[in-house]
Amino acid sequence: MRIEYNFAFFDEGSKREIRRATLKAIAIPGYQVPFASREMPIARGWGTGGLQLTLSLVGKPDILKVIDQGSDESVNAVNIKKLIAITTGVTVSDETAEATIIQSRHRIPEVPLQEGQILVLQVPLPEPLRYYEPSEYETKKLHAEQEYSGAWLMLFEQIMNYGTMSTGADHPVMVHGRYVMAPSPIPRFDNPKLNYSQALILLGAGREKKVYAVPPFTRVASLDFEDYPFGVESFQDKCCRLCGAQGVFMDEILDDVTGEPFYQCNDSSYCLQNLNGKSRG
Amino acid sequence: MEEFEQPVLSVNKLNKLYGNGCVNCRGSKRNRLLKNYCPICGTVYACRDITFEVHAGEILGVVGESGSGKSTMMECLYFDQEVSSGEAYICSYKGGKTNVFAESSQQKRYIRNHMMGKVYQNPLLSLKMNFSSLGNIAEKLISAGNRNVGMMEARGEELLEHVNIPVYRMKEAPKNFSGGMQQRVQIAKALSNNPPLLLLDEVTTGLDLSVQASVLDLIKTIQRELKITVVIVSHDLGVIRMLADRTIVMLDGKIIEHGLTDQILEDPQHSYTQKLVQSLL
Repeated sequence: MRIEYNFAFFDEGSKREIRRATLKAIAIPGYQVPFASREMPIARGWGTGGLQLTLSLVGKPDILKVIDQGSDESVNAVNIKKLIAITTGVTVSDETAEATIIQSRHRIPEVPLQEGQILVLQVPLPEPLRYYEPSEYETKKLHAEQEYSGAWLMLFEQIMNYGTMSTGADHPVMVHGRYVMAPSPIPRFDNPKLNYSQALILLGAGREKKVYAVPPFTRVASLDFEDYPFGVESFQDKCCRLCGAQGVFMDEILDDVTGEPFYQCNDSSYCLQNLNGKSRG
Repeated sequence: MEEFEQPVLSVNKLNKLYGNGCVNCRGSKRNRLLKNYCPICGTVYACRDITFEVHAGEILGVVGESGSGKSTMMECLYFDQEVSSGEAYICSYKGGKTNVFAESSQQKRYIRNHMMGKVYQNPLLSLKMNFSSLGNIAEKLISAGNRNVGMMEARGEELLEHVNIPVYRMKEAPKNFSGGMQQRVQIAKALSNNPPLLLLDEVTTGLDLSVQASVLDLIKTIQRELKITVVIVSHDLGVIRMLADRTIVMLDGKIIEHGLTDQILEDPQHSYTQKLVQSLL
């Protein structure tokens, strides 16, 4: 027997509640809005926050793209795509440029986002001050009073221990000069893409029951120090082994046969697009 | 020196009560209570009409038996607790014309970060035990607006050297330190942004005699060097005799005697003070 679900899995009341939280999040850039995170058919911590946002926003004419660590074909991405496609019947695409809703885990696509697109990021830990202050009650106060020395202190500790800011991902950002926000575990390389982004960026944490947002054209500055400015990962003199792209975020992979390290685009759809473009001439 | 020099800190009728009070004890009737609690409703009057002034470069000692409201008073002054009623003026904040207890929590945090330092009896309350000692000092500097790693590191090293923490242990977390060392890191942290006002709450309690002596020596030296104003709470009369210029004696939440330290110790007027001085070995 085939179970008939409501459009986009949720009942209308649930969608409305999540949309209301989303609107509030957009109205206060970077502020974490609590919402009643629903039980989903995938495990908490596997992207339920992002999935709920996507389901509450998706409409019949939308074109959906889901990426997991840059890949369109990983298990997580495929299953989320399937769930949304089955319950809504929307078109699924791999191409960043034509998608209207992009749900992503740990990456912002290489193709620049356009006005009218929505990027939904899945967040495991929405609280940028969590490792500094374990109490939620206290961190709420710190946010309210704009007391962010803890965020800088964590970067200071990294400099003391490793000589440089060593956040591989989730480097805290200041949104609109007011709230410090965890940009979800995107690499530092993607942080500048948040700044004055043309697309709406929504971040959802299902397990922690929080939604927050960066509206289009909002100032987003990565935290840094006067003498230790923020910098992105550098892939100088490296190019993708498959498509030859340069200046994009790349994975270092060891060759199975020779054991030599080589580099490959992390964003698989971008890489594929480049290759197709080449083969067409 | 001007004749009418403004006090660095002046406290006027500070009251702190736990409970709502009743017909028997509310208002000025609190002063008629024999003990610091109301026998009818059980409300505890931790501080009753505390009024005093501290001038620049002065050390004020606060003595009294355990439970007499010394620490509560200090916590109120450092905004760890809300006062029930009362006023306090700090000369470096808005010219000493604004009641700091009535300010918003952001402003209180500002005053605390920029104009005060406090050393707690328990180092757990002021130190982040999992962050390095240098990081702990940097925290105070960052919260006062410093964003230069080099400067903060130099300042931290200078201060830790001042309190005899060996250079090779500066990047270690205070949780690995002995109680005395933690106390000294706390003092360094409290002094980090040259606060005009330093609050010391039972700094030497629980330390062995030789460490006590070195900590006291350190406080005295730093106070002379930097000409800071200190309020020191202790139930150890030896500490008060060594450090304090003036002393107030507290009993059941009230100030029962105040005057020059020599005067209090040599010629005590109140029966409790007489008992206290006599019990000195």
